[in-house]
Amino acid sequence: MKHHKRKSTVDLSRYGYIFIAPFFIIFLVFQLYPLIYTFYKSFYYSTFTRFGSIEHFGLENYKKYILGEKTFWWAVAITVGLWLLNFVPQILLSLLLAAWFTDIKYKLKHDGKYKVIMYMPNIITAATIAVLYYKMFNNNGPMTELMRKAGWLQKDRYVLEKGWATFFIIAFIQFWMWYGNTMIVLCAGIMGISPSLYEASMVDGATSRQQFFKITVPLLKPILQFTLVTSAIGGLQMYDIPYLFNDGGPLIKMGKENVSSTQTVVMLIKKFIFADKPDHGRAAAYSVVLFFITLAVSMVFYIATSEKKEKKPKKKAAVEG
Amino acid sequence: MNRVEGSKKLSGNKIFRNCICIFLCFLSLFPFYLLFINSTLKSSDIQGTIRIIPGLNFFKNLKGLLEGEAKTSNVNVLQAMRNSLIVTVPATFLQVYFAALTAYGVHTYNFRLKKAAWAFIYAIMMVPTQISIVGFIKVAKMTHTYRTYIPLIIPAMAAPTTVYFMKQYMEASLSYEIIEAARIDGTTEFGTFNRIVIPLIKPAMATQAIFAFVGSWNNLFTPTMIIGNERKKMTMPMYVEALKANDKTQDMGQIYCGLFVTVLPILVMYALLSRYIVAGVALGGVKE
Repeated sequence: MKHHKRKSTVDLSRYGYIFIAPFFIIFLVFQLYPLIYTFYKSFYYSTFTRFGSIEHFGLENYKKYILGEKTFWWAVAITVGLWLLNFVPQILLSLLLAAWFTDIKYKLKHDGKYKVIMYMPNIITAATIAVLYYKMFNNNGPMTELMRKAGWLQKDRYVLEKGWATFFIIAFIQFWMWYGNTMIVLCAGIMGISPSLYEASMVDGATSRQQFFKITVPLLKPILQFTLVTSAIGGLQMYDIPYLFNDGGPLIKMGKENVSSTQTVVMLIKKFIFADKPDHGRAAAYSVVLFFITLAVSMVFYIATSEKKEKKPKKKAAVEG
Repeated sequence: MNRVEGSKKLSGNKIFRNCICIFLCFLSLFPFYLLFINSTLKSSDIQGTIRIIPGLNFFKNLKGLLEGEAKTSNVNVLQAMRNSLIVTVPATFLQVYFAALTAYGVHTYNFRLKKAAWAFIYAIMMVPTQISIVGFIKVAKMTHTYRTYIPLIIPAMAAPTTVYFMKQYMEASLSYEIIEAARIDGTTEFGTFNRIVIPLIKPAMATQAIFAFVGSWNNLFTPTMIIGNERKKMTMPMYVEALKANDKTQDMGQIYCGLFVTVLPILVMYALLSRYIVAGVALGGVKE
């Protein structure tokens, strides 16, 4: 019997390979090879002549476009800024709402409906949302009109010609689209924490605030870490909203140069693929550096939030004890 | 005395929290309400004001929009929707079916590379696709599928996140006894998967199908890169981009009408399935 069973698993093991094969083949062709090719292509520097483009192998793309000019780093700064400006309020509001929706003492009757409505912007096409906001804030949009009436804007001025205002609205749209998602994730996390911890602390006379900071937040750390890392990775690839809201504009003066005030890195990559003279080498160099920035940021966040994790079991034990 | 004060504080707190939540809900709904209202108004009624009551011009706007688009080389809103469906429906089926197949392979069989394969799938879950777009275009050109829908559909077969959720679900609710029983009955391994396992994991497949559909439907970046300027092949988000580009020349009511039609399928789906979607989102966070 024992012998038979062992034999049967050996026989079947090839099915394991057969079943996972399509996934790995498609992954190799459409994800891994493109990644390797992008690295490879980034070493091809194009010069444009009357007869077309000529390519040379070397580090020119990096020397010229990454180290030699500020365009890329300005886009990095804008991308990171847009992410930070939406993520910080997003995580704070989501935590607060998650604490409210899971609070047994003040149970809100309609928390299910609130969740459904707050999550809604996340599922709607980002392209449509960006254009909708553009319509609201452009020259004769309803929000512009309201702001003029309130005296926040002069007549025939509008928000989209101001760099900081456009930047702020893009961050707001991102915040508005994502806080519902984060809130639901955090709610699920809090619901996973053993109720006995809260009961025990209540017996000891802990306030809601103490419970939140001493039980909820420390035990949510793995989920907060997950939210932080996924949001940072997604945020660094930001494209749809800034692109369709104001196409990277308006141009603002930085010293002597005119720079795009809301152009993200992925928009920059797209720009050089779609240019009249497409420069895939340059786009690839931007992609490679973005890849390493994304990797570095997620590693740093992962490690920075993991270190504190070691203290957690002690705290948990103390609360339980 | 104390108790009365306590309950007063309790209800005060509740009112405050409800007020904030209602305000946030208002914020979530307001742009979509405005979109709906404006899509039913005449262009002259939209300029510069916010109206609360819908007009009667929706179908007139839609007709005008379609007529206007017939004169251009662009797709109209209904063609864009059809194009998006041509991409999204097969992509969703492939993504869910092959994710289930992959998860089942790792879950059920013992093979030497099992652990390595799983670690690999887990590791690539967060790798963004945008950064390898130069190579992705190259693959499309090499396989002669550039400017076609193939590169938007086939890669869905390798969706690590979907595989992850399928495996989680199988671990929780697919017992080996059922698989063993099917084997004793003489069913082939593929037959077991197709006829016995798939019906058992249907709830997970349905949830994952919703997210696969939404993800593919909303994607702007990859279709832009692959379809480019082929105006007849535009998908819905690309159509939205084209609609914005015509902003200066077109009738405002018609533009809002077009935008409203682009969100309508997802709005209807969300109205019907919101409970499952919210539950699915909650699942996403507790994976650690």
